[in-house]
This record gives sequence, C-alpha cells and structure tokens, in this order.
Amino acid sequence: MKKSLPPLVFVALLAGLPLIMKDNYYLHLMILFLMWVVIGSAWNLIAGYTGQVSFGDAAFFGCGAYTAGLLATHLGVSTWWGLALGGFTAIAVGLPFGWICFRMRGAYFALATLALNEVLRHGATIAEDFTGGMVGILIMPSFMSKIPYYYIALALAVASLASLQWVVRSKPGYYFVSIREDQDAAESLGVNTHLYKMLSLAYAAFWTGMAGALYMNYMGFIDPNVVFSLHDISIMAILVGIVGGVGTVYGPAVGAFVMVAVQELFRSGFFGLFKWLGAVSGSASLVKVAEVLTQAHVLGFGILVVVVILVLPNGIVGDWPKIRKRVFRLDAGA
Amino acid sequence: MDVFLQTLVAGILKGGLYALIGIGMTLIMGVMGIINLAHGQLMMLAMYVTFVLSTMGVDPYFALLIAMPLLFLLGVAIQKFLLNPLIKADTILPENQVPMTVGIGMVLTEIVRFIFSSDYKYITTTYSNQTFYFGNISFSSALTIAFVIAITFTVAMFFFLIKTDLGRSIRATAQDKDAATLMGVNTGRITVITFGLGSGLVAAAGCLLAPVYYIFPDLGGPFTAKAFIITILGGLGSTVGAIFGGVTLGLAESMGATYFGMEYEDIIGLTIFVLVLLFLPGGFKRLTKI
Repeated sequence: MKKSLPPLVFVALLAGLPLIMKDNYYLHLMILFLMWVVIGSAWNLIAGYTGQVSFGDAAFFGCGAYTAGLLATHLGVSTWWGLALGGFTAIAVGLPFGWICFRMRGAYFALATLALNEVLRHGATIAEDFTGGMVGILIMPSFMSKIPYYYIALALAVASLASLQWVVRSKPGYYFVSIREDQDAAESLGVNTHLYKMLSLAYAAFWTGMAGALYMNYMGFIDPNVVFSLHDISIMAILVGIVGGVGTVYGPAVGAFVMVAVQELFRSGFFGLFKWLGAVSGSASLVKVAEVLTQAHVLGFGILVVVVILVLPNGIVGDWPKIRKRVFRLDAGA
Repeated sequence: MDVFLQTLVAGILKGGLYALIGIGMTLIMGVMGIINLAHGQLMMLAMYVTFVLSTMGVDPYFALLIAMPLLFLLGVAIQKFLLNPLIKADTILPENQVPMTVGIGMVLTEIVRFIFSSDYKYITTTYSNQTFYFGNISFSSALTIAFVIAITFTVAMFFFLIKTDLGRSIRATAQDKDAATLMGVNTGRITVITFGLGSGLVAAAGCLLAPVYYIFPDLGGPFTAKAFIITILGGLGSTVGAIFGGVTLGLAESMGATYFGMEYEDIIGLTIFVLVLLFLPGGFKRLTKI
C-alpha cells in the first residue's frame, strides 16, 4: 500500500493541474506528454520486457487514428467511436503480422516492423477513395476547450501504466522477460514463446492504437505522412523508451516528459528566454543567439539524444542509482 | 519490347548504384549486428561535399576521391567515439546503438540544413543530361559511368574481403565475434574500420548519384530504407548478395513504375522485402554461400 502512494499522489496532482494552469499552450504540451506516456509504455512492453524491438509503432498508431477518422467520414458516427475500436483495429493488424513475423529474431524482426509501417503508409496514400490519400482526413473537434482532452489523455495514460504494472507482475510478464533474456532457454522450459510474443505485441498494438485514436480526436487532422511517420512516431517512441529507461514501469513516463519538454524547449528557443534576455539587456548578440537556437532546434534535440544515450545507456530511471551517486559525490566535493 | 528493354536497362543501371549503397550497410550490419539508421544521411553528406567541391569547379567523379576519405574518417570517428563505448555499457537491450545512429543521422541532417538550408541543389555537368543510344534503347551517360564505377568498387570490395588479411578478419568478426577475438583478431579495431569502409562506400555512391539527382537535407531517410531492403534481400555481410539485392530492387522499382504506375514504385520494393523475409530469411546469401 505504501508503495502505491507516490503514483496516486502524482495522478491526483495531474488531475488538479487544469484548475491552476489555464494556458492552452501548456495544456497542449501536457496532452502530448500523456499521449507519449501511452505510446512509450506500450513500446516498453514489447521491446523493454519482451525484447522484440519494434521500429513500426507508427503502424499501430496510424491504424488507431485512421479507424477513428474513417468511421467519421464513411459512417458518419462520432470519432469517439475510434477510441473504442482503434485499439482493436491495431490488434487486428498486429496479430497476423506477428504470427508471420515472430519467426524472425532481433534485427530482422525490427526491419519487418519497419516494412509493415511503410506498407501501411503507402497503402493509405494510394487508396485515395477510401482514406483520402495525401489530402488526409479533417474532422471538427468535439470540444473547443482543451480540458476534456486533457482528462481523456490522463485517463488513458493512467490506465496504460496501471495495466503495464499489472501485466509485468503477472505470470505472462515473467514469461516476457524470460523471452528477452534467452528465448531458447525459455522455449526449452516449456514457455510457448510464439504465443507470448503475440500477446505482448497485441498489448503494445492496442495501447498504441488507442493513442492514435486520441490523436485523431484531439488534432482533428491526419494524413499518411503524419501518423505513419517513421521519424515522428516510431523513432520518437523508441527514444521515449530509451531516454526514460527500458524495462522499467515508469521509465517511459519519465522519458515522455523529458522528450516533449526538451523538444519544446529547443523549438521555442528556451521558451523565449534568450529573446527576452536580449530585449531586456538590449544586446543584439543575445537576440542573434535566440534566432540561431530556434533555427537549429532539431539539431539541439539530436545532440541531446546522442549525449543521453552515451551517458545514460539505461535511461534516466534505469540509471537512477548511477545519477544519484554522481550527484551525491558532487555534493560531497562541494 | 522496346519499353521492356528500356525498363530493364534503367533498372539495372539504378541497381548498380543501389548495390554500392547496400554494401556499406551490409558490412556494418554483418560485423556489428546493428542497423545503421544514419546510412542514408552519410550519403547525403557526401553529396553535399560533392556539391561544395563542384561549386569550386571540381568534377563530381574527381570529388569522389576527396569525399570517400573524408567520410571514411567520419565513420571511424563515429564508431570509435560514439558507438563502441555503448558496446561496453551494461544495458538490458543490445540495440542501444540503433537509437544512437538515429541521433547521429538527425545531427548530420540538421547541420547540413543549418548551413545549406532546405533548398534543392543541383550539380549540372556537361554529361548530366547526355544520353547515347544502343539500338532503340537509350542509356544515360552519367548513370552508365556511375554503374561502371559502382560495379568496380563492388568487385574490388569482394576481392578485398576474400583475399586480404584485413578482409578475412572482417568476415571472421561478422561470423563469430568471440571466436574471432580468441583467434587474435582485434575486433574493436575491426568494427571501427568496417564502419569507416561502409561510410566510404556510401560516400562513393553519393558522389556518383549527385550529378543525376537533386540534393536536399532530408534525402537520407528514403535511402536508409532502400539500404535496408537491399541488405535483407542480399543477406547480412554478403557483397555478392548486395549486388543481387541492389539490382533486384532497381529492377523491381523500374518495372513497377513502368507497368503499375509511379505510385507503386516503393510498395513493390517493400513487398519483395517482406516476401524475402518470409521465404528466404537469409537472403540471396543462402543461395550464393558467399
């Protein structure tokens, strides 16, 4: 009971956040953060716990998003149906794929997931009559305010973390880890590795699909290059997992926060800090720095990724003891 | 019949370049067992080197002699200072190097975008648009020269791997790293050299492609994807496989573009990719054994 207290307090804090934070911009960032918690946790189960690194999370994300969008454009029902069905569409795509491709291991499986995503992306582009092709799908958002979306995203994030917690402590969770550590040994001890890999994939597909459906509802616009994007979705999911810490329950949540915050930090030029400093001090060089920084925001982000992986190979949560030790040693020295 | 032959020729010429792109990737994947997601970005960098040199009046084919050593050194540095330290780190997933290559690719793309902006650049040479005819079939001069040079490099690489000591060490490391270490191969140094070689080869491909293609910073991604497909088609660490894989992909793309329509070009490559993964998991290497 004592152990579950900090997360509960944290969720309560997050639930109370919209009461004090009225700014839509920060609320938008929080919604993105919560969405990435869902995707990162899902990736973490399949890659961090089961050891099957996926490069095709965007495939499931896109399935969820397109389920919501297509239901609205073709059947005229609310896009919120997508949130009920999106996860299952992703499972429906994921299971046959897994059944065929889990025969491959390691890098080969990773490449197959990459191919799945590319096939879906091209498919969605070519099938113009059905998906709208590159024009994409545009819907009217249901709410003007961001607060309802915030609570829905929060509910999804909490549910996905709770289910992850539950899964990794159940019997299949231990089977997943045994597959990651040594698939042959697990097989010889009687673990049906193929079945459990499929289960793990179904879980990951479901939650990623849900996040996709949320994205469609929230953003109101999708096209194949947005939701099936290798860089913006699949790689970002991997980075969220790695920066936070693979194989830890709360790692991806931390990673999601860091990644969204840092991405925005660079994009906005440290939230206009340098621009403000330049305006205050009247120094032209600081204004110039602000301009250069915002221009090169992806560069800063990339350098950060390289540094984090180099210094903290197990992620922030995974290397927490190491960080603590370093910080304490610094304290002792000072 | 002419249309078919023309498509065939176009596909094979393109395939020669693809083979050169694929060899670098296949070497790196074979020796280190990781996917290098910055491969296309390295090629993009080489194309920009060619572009800068060509504004100074250096011919793209001569720029190859400068770009290749440059990229070789860059590859060596990347492997030595960024990727090798990760091998020693004790992590849950061995794939930590893969996101690292993503980061490297991002940094390379953004540095280039920062310096040159996102605009499309062209290198115009006297032979860029030249063609010659053989019967009714037209050959693009630049692509034909590129094909010849690419195949020369590929064959040279093949003999390098088969005949020389260094080549044998590389192949030994690819087959079994621990056994190679026990036999006295300095595998750490081999990985560094391999990454350098891979970068150098893809740089050559970039220089050859520069006169016939447009150059922009985001060019890396699609070519990384193509390099994967070729690698899987050919089998890890196999030069002969890379030639087969490259030509197959080139043919599939040009056939698809002619007979199905331009938008199916990429889908056909991917379909072949999935089919090979399913029915010939080791790639063409399984058939050629080299």
